[in-house]
Amino acid sequence: MAIEIEKPSSVRLSKVAISKTHGEDSPYFAGWKAYDENPYDEIHNQSGVIQMGLAENQVSFDLLEKYLEEHHEVSSWGKGAPGFRENALFQDYHGLKSFRQAMANFMEQIRGGKAKFDPDRIVLTAGATAANELLTFILADPGDALLVPTPYYPGFDRDLRWRTGVKIVPIHCNSSNNFQITPEALEAAYQSAESMDLKVRGILITNPSNPLGSTIQSSVLNDILDFAAHKNIHLVSDEIYSGSTFSPSEFVSIAEILRNRNYKDAERVHIVYSLSKDLGLPGFRVGTIYSYNDDVVTTARRMSSFTLISSQTQHLLACMLSNHEFTQNYIKTNRERLNKRYDMIIQGLKKAGIECLKGNAGLFCWMNLSPLLNEPTRQGELELWNIILNQVKLNISPGSSCHCSEPGWFRVCFANMSEQTLRVALQRIHKFMEQRKVCSVNQ
Amino acid sequence: MEIKRKNKTQLLSKIATNDRYGENSPYFDGWKAYDNNPFHPTQNPNGVIQMGLAENKLCFDLIKKWIMENPDASICTAGGVDKFKDVAIFQDYHGLKEFREAIAKFMGRVGGNKVTFDASRIVMSSGATGANETIMFCLVNPGDAFLVPSPYYPGFARDLRWRTGLEIVPVDCKSSNNFRITRAAMEDAYEKAQKWNLNVKGIIIANPSNPLGTTLDIETMRSLVAFVNEKNIHLVCDEIYAATVFDSPRFVSVAEVIQDMDCCNRDLIHIVYSLSKDMGIPGFRVGIVYSFNDDVMLCARKMSSFGLVSSQTQYLLASMLSDDGFVGNFLRESSKRLAKRHYVFTKGLEQVGISCLTSNAGLFFWMDMRLLLKEQSFEGEIELWRVILNELKLNVSPGSSFQCSEPGWFRVCFANMDDETVEVALNRIRAFVLNRENQESNRSKRCWRKKHLRLSFSSTRLYDETIMSPCMISPHSPLVRAKT
Repeated sequence: MAIEIEKPSSVRLSKVAISKTHGEDSPYFAGWKAYDENPYDEIHNQSGVIQMGLAENQVSFDLLEKYLEEHHEVSSWGKGAPGFRENALFQDYHGLKSFRQAMANFMEQIRGGKAKFDPDRIVLTAGATAANELLTFILADPGDALLVPTPYYPGFDRDLRWRTGVKIVPIHCNSSNNFQITPEALEAAYQSAESMDLKVRGILITNPSNPLGSTIQSSVLNDILDFAAHKNIHLVSDEIYSGSTFSPSEFVSIAEILRNRNYKDAERVHIVYSLSKDLGLPGFRVGTIYSYNDDVVTTARRMSSFTLISSQTQHLLACMLSNHEFTQNYIKTNRERLNKRYDMIIQGLKKAGIECLKGNAGLFCWMNLSPLLNEPTRQGELELWNIILNQVKLNISPGSSCHCSEPGWFRVCFANMSEQTLRVALQRIHKFMEQRKVCSVNQ
Repeated sequence: MEIKRKNKTQLLSKIATNDRYGENSPYFDGWKAYDNNPFHPTQNPNGVIQMGLAENKLCFDLIKKWIMENPDASICTAGGVDKFKDVAIFQDYHGLKEFREAIAKFMGRVGGNKVTFDASRIVMSSGATGANETIMFCLVNPGDAFLVPSPYYPGFARDLRWRTGLEIVPVDCKSSNNFRITRAAMEDAYEKAQKWNLNVKGIIIANPSNPLGTTLDIETMRSLVAFVNEKNIHLVCDEIYAATVFDSPRFVSVAEVIQDMDCCNRDLIHIVYSLSKDMGIPGFRVGIVYSFNDDVMLCARKMSSFGLVSSQTQYLLASMLSDDGFVGNFLRESSKRLAKRHYVFTKGLEQVGISCLTSNAGLFFWMDMRLLLKEQSFEGEIELWRVILNELKLNVSPGSSFQCSEPGWFRVCFANMDDETVEVALNRIRAFVLNRENQESNRSKRCWRKKHLRLSFSSTRLYDETIMSPCMISPHSPLVRAKT
């Protein structure tokens, strides 16, 4: 219930406060509103909007719940679990050592032991949202630029730019080569920044990619790192979906690339990670920055004072992630279930006559509806999106909100619902495509 | 693993390389001394006693009891685990409704139930550290200024300025009137800012005050509200110590003051709150921004994405703070225990001739050591501080690190130790004062012509040079891991 204020505020707020860079006026968020107002429910609201615009992982909760049921004495402060007082007081910005150790181990396990992580290089933040913003504050000055491959996660517009005053210059990728990042595209982006008088401070990649749902190949990672070294800029690799690759062998972390190069150029590399996607715990606000640069680690740690992780949560997760049997089984099972979900949606879309980019990771697929556009423009894409949202009642995310340079692509999330709901969604799509065929035949 | 370190070819930002992260001060050097040699009653009885950390350790038993009696409030127990999934996926920046309602109710009770806080205006942040920075991001542009009455919490230098680009202009408060914030002092500071071409956007106060340990009286509060309305600037009230009031006068929130002031533009009024001090749970990172300005509230809420409270913690506290019986008992007991601790300490000091500012709140008191200064200057204060730290092994905080305009005052924390440690600390101070008096009396008998005062102690060790450098940056966190 908002309090009604009659007279307008006569004192100006900051430029940051009145800007629109928080990015909430985009269709990405408008679709969520439509869902909020009319949410699908298997029993109570079968004609409601199905949420396919939220990249959440709900396929493996039972594993977490089972762990807690079997180990609650260890992670809670009940009888037999000392330390409530010490835990409640613990606000050291280094973070709980046991938690950092557990995170380092978990990150190593995800990478199949192909990279090692030093717990003392782990800086904790309240989510990857905070980690990306914090790194931007450290690596760039207001007015500087970061190069980001398109299409990219819509939240970057806020996280990298809003309070930092830093600009994003896109590295354009397109479908002709499956949206891979090329040296030519990197150079073109850099030149574009220079022509706008912007000082480029770094490149930020997401690997596996959101929204593409695919991993970046080793050769491309090497090219990107070479480019960063050549231009003397930073490289941030957001690996938030690293544990969500369907097959362990297909993900190559920048950490592995560095190891293979004997850590040459490592001091310009920084990795962002979080438990929000791989473990499905976005509410707990667990993000990390892993930097190979001592100054960045020290500064990031100090700055993390503004965004520390609740010690209660650090304690719980330190216990959970230190249990190797649990983490091993979780990582393996989670991958299998995501793979199965992915196959289900791809097959379902194929039957409806829809193609997707070949994916191998993430909680979503990158769907190509360009043949359905009235006109091959952003406007045409948004018109189609409106129909899908309001008539088919599926909240999917239009590619333009991800800054995709080609209209007609949509990100469709599949891991945040039950299999039954996914089946309903696929039926609706099938019906929609059938109706369109009939219409076009009749014209 | 060895990473070869290049010679700073990687340039970091200006924010990353300036010194506004604020760790260069005796405030933090003292913590390092404690880190290196922490007191323990049996294992290290000659170690440094930490009296520079405003933590509240007096009421954990009450919280722990509640947790053990309410296992369902924790999503990690058999009773609570069926809520795990819903809580774990909840990342809505509005926060759990039950959490906001519980916090609003708690803030109301802490304010003596004189005002009702609207749960829909509660915005989360990662501790008051996050809340103060968030408010500044909403209100100021780089280069703008905020007035801050001194002495003030050293952390403000970082929290208000580091990433926002804000400038702080102190409002000097004097011991002659018990450091009250006067209209004249506010006007003075405002004019100074104008002279320096700084655009003043507001004034931030801490009520109860850190480091003074006093609540602001209603007249001063009204004067502040009138001042900001006249100048059309903001008033931010950091009320983080609201429930640590243990004596009269009672705590009066700015929310209560403006209820009776029709002339006040409420768009200028903002409150920062946290559970870190009142409940003693700084690790849980529960900060609150409560603004009467809709635009600020909406903006701060969007910004809270950068520092949300863990949903696990929201869930636990929603349950705990909704328990009226628990809250009532906790607030009463906490006040009682703080009052007792405060009394023991200040009485003990009084007996050896050391006086403190009369205070009724906070986890510390403001100790007057002016008479013990070799010279009435900040150098004299630091020299005395070194003696207290290195010879008495008490980490107290010198007033200069709070930007106090007068030398000789020290903040002494008392709520972060047990009763036995309090006795040890008092004994050390007694011994120091008595020893000093003996020295004085012997000196005046033997060498009345000599100008310099010599302080001599049983230990032949001089002060540790490594702590003296003002540029020393502690490689360890200044936020000390708690030790009983």
